[in-house]
Amino acid sequence: MHINQQVREAVDALELPFNALGVDPYGVSKRHLRIALGVLAILHRYYFSVRTSGIDNIPPRGRAMLVGNHSGGIPIDAAMAITSCLLEMTPPRLAQGMVEKFLYRFPFLGQWASRTGQFPGLPENAERLLQDERLLLVFPEGARGTAKLFGQRYSLVDFGSGFLRLALKTRAPIVPFVVLGAGEAFPTIANAYTLGRAFGVPYIPIPAHGLPVALPARVEVKYGVPLFFEGTGNENDEVVHGHVGRVKDVIAQMLDAGARSRRGDVDPPGLEA
Amino acid sequence: MRVLIPGAAGALARKLAMRLRDGGHEVIGIDRRPWPDAPVAFHEVDVRKRAAEDIFRKVRPDVVVHMATVTSLLVGGEERYQINLGGTRAVFEYARAHGVKHCIFVGRHTFYGAGPESPLLHTEDEPPLELYRFPELADLVAADLYAATALWRFPELATTVLRVCYTLGPSGHGTLANYLRGRRVPLVLGFDPIFQFLHEDDVIRAIELTLTHRASGVFNVAGPQPLPLSVLVRSAGRTPIALPEFVIASMLGRFGFPELPTGALGHLKYPIVVDARAFQQRTGYGCRYDELETIAAFKAAFPTPP
Repeated sequence: MHINQQVREAVDALELPFNALGVDPYGVSKRHLRIALGVLAILHRYYFSVRTSGIDNIPPRGRAMLVGNHSGGIPIDAAMAITSCLLEMTPPRLAQGMVEKFLYRFPFLGQWASRTGQFPGLPENAERLLQDERLLLVFPEGARGTAKLFGQRYSLVDFGSGFLRLALKTRAPIVPFVVLGAGEAFPTIANAYTLGRAFGVPYIPIPAHGLPVALPARVEVKYGVPLFFEGTGNENDEVVHGHVGRVKDVIAQMLDAGARSRRGDVDPPGLEA
Repeated sequence: MRVLIPGAAGALARKLAMRLRDGGHEVIGIDRRPWPDAPVAFHEVDVRKRAAEDIFRKVRPDVVVHMATVTSLLVGGEERYQINLGGTRAVFEYARAHGVKHCIFVGRHTFYGAGPESPLLHTEDEPPLELYRFPELADLVAADLYAATALWRFPELATTVLRVCYTLGPSGHGTLANYLRGRRVPLVLGFDPIFQFLHEDDVIRAIELTLTHRASGVFNVAGPQPLPLSVLVRSAGRTPIALPEFVIASMLGRFGFPELPTGALGHLKYPIVVDARAFQQRTGYGCRYDELETIAAFKAAFPTPP
């Protein structure tokens, strides 16, 4: 099937409450989804040749939280995860990212993010979307995660704990996932913090190839078995940090296994998601 | 019930007055603006003047619906403060002094402010966030918060603060309708906030329900789902013209554009959307016009200008 046709059909099959004009109650627009995902689908298929595994681990309906790792200076990982949920799930789902707030100050960026369901990463926004049975996309490493240099691409930095309290409070399953290859696609050699501040962003990543475009690296997206945590979200920090540690361990194992298989090592059994 | 409406000569207030009269209520309007041939008892007085208190004293209303606030930014400075804050204070003082049982302050959802870090939907417990960007709205925000103090200062008086989203409809009155009046409507290039609006008849019904349920508290009032501003403009038969922010800012006050503070542009860049579930739960309110019917009602009364 032609890729544009596939995107069109997937957007039409999304189980979101679009009105007669193709706009949902949060302003997500079918027209914008078709255009944006049309571009991302081409990157997904032909440029990054994305291979997805474990997509069946994502619940087909109802609230859930995709929790993954960042790598590479630009969020190719988020874009490819969103694209895989749209093109490779039946029925397709819209993964809605929790985005750095500074993005919304910029013309066009904030507008396109909002129209495609990618909203500012505020706890109240995340909770509202989960209560509304949406699929949330969370990178608990935040902007620290996209600051990873090339050599750190298969490592994890500190996870925030907000996502886990929210999962407890809303009783949402956490689907761990890893994206491999985004670090090769945008190999950061340094981050320009002072220059970034001048432009109103936390930092500007400087890639090894010198150009602000991603390289055509092969990208893999692997989804793991959902994790459930019992609780209310009001637990002590020690309890929550324990749960966060478990999520982080699972993601670290998936990352490790993925990195080894990319190097040509054989996966040890049981670690592949 | 005997209902007194300060600000009764406004477009929305007139409709409310007639609707309540048709519903069997005794309606008394006061306003410093004239309402010729008013179909209800009407007194042309300023709500802040002694003559207004005398009307409270003589009429002894059961309910007061306070609609005498100015939103237009063309009225500026001290006068706005005096009308919006001084007037609100006077209305609540008179209400308490003269045996009123329920006082309804009709405010606006712009209370919450528009900014890049606003939540998707605002709930009633949130403070106003973007006031430093748009200080010209301080008087309305203060009036809203001041009205809400009656909830603890005068426990014997049922008090309601309504934060109503933009209204749209055949009367063509209100901030949004004015903005949509011309054939071409300026948008800020690269920004397209979602706008939440309600048919004016639905606003009237919401106020009527507040009155019949004596719903006390602070409530957001909204109806249909919001729409991106560009979609709203096109659906209303207008042509959106997206201009860079600095161009719009430099046009304000020139070439026939209204002289607005630059903070007002925030409302064209970022959304203000309210969560109105608390009001629906308290009063059973549901809107009768969806977003498309609301736009159609406006468009029928104000077709695309030539």
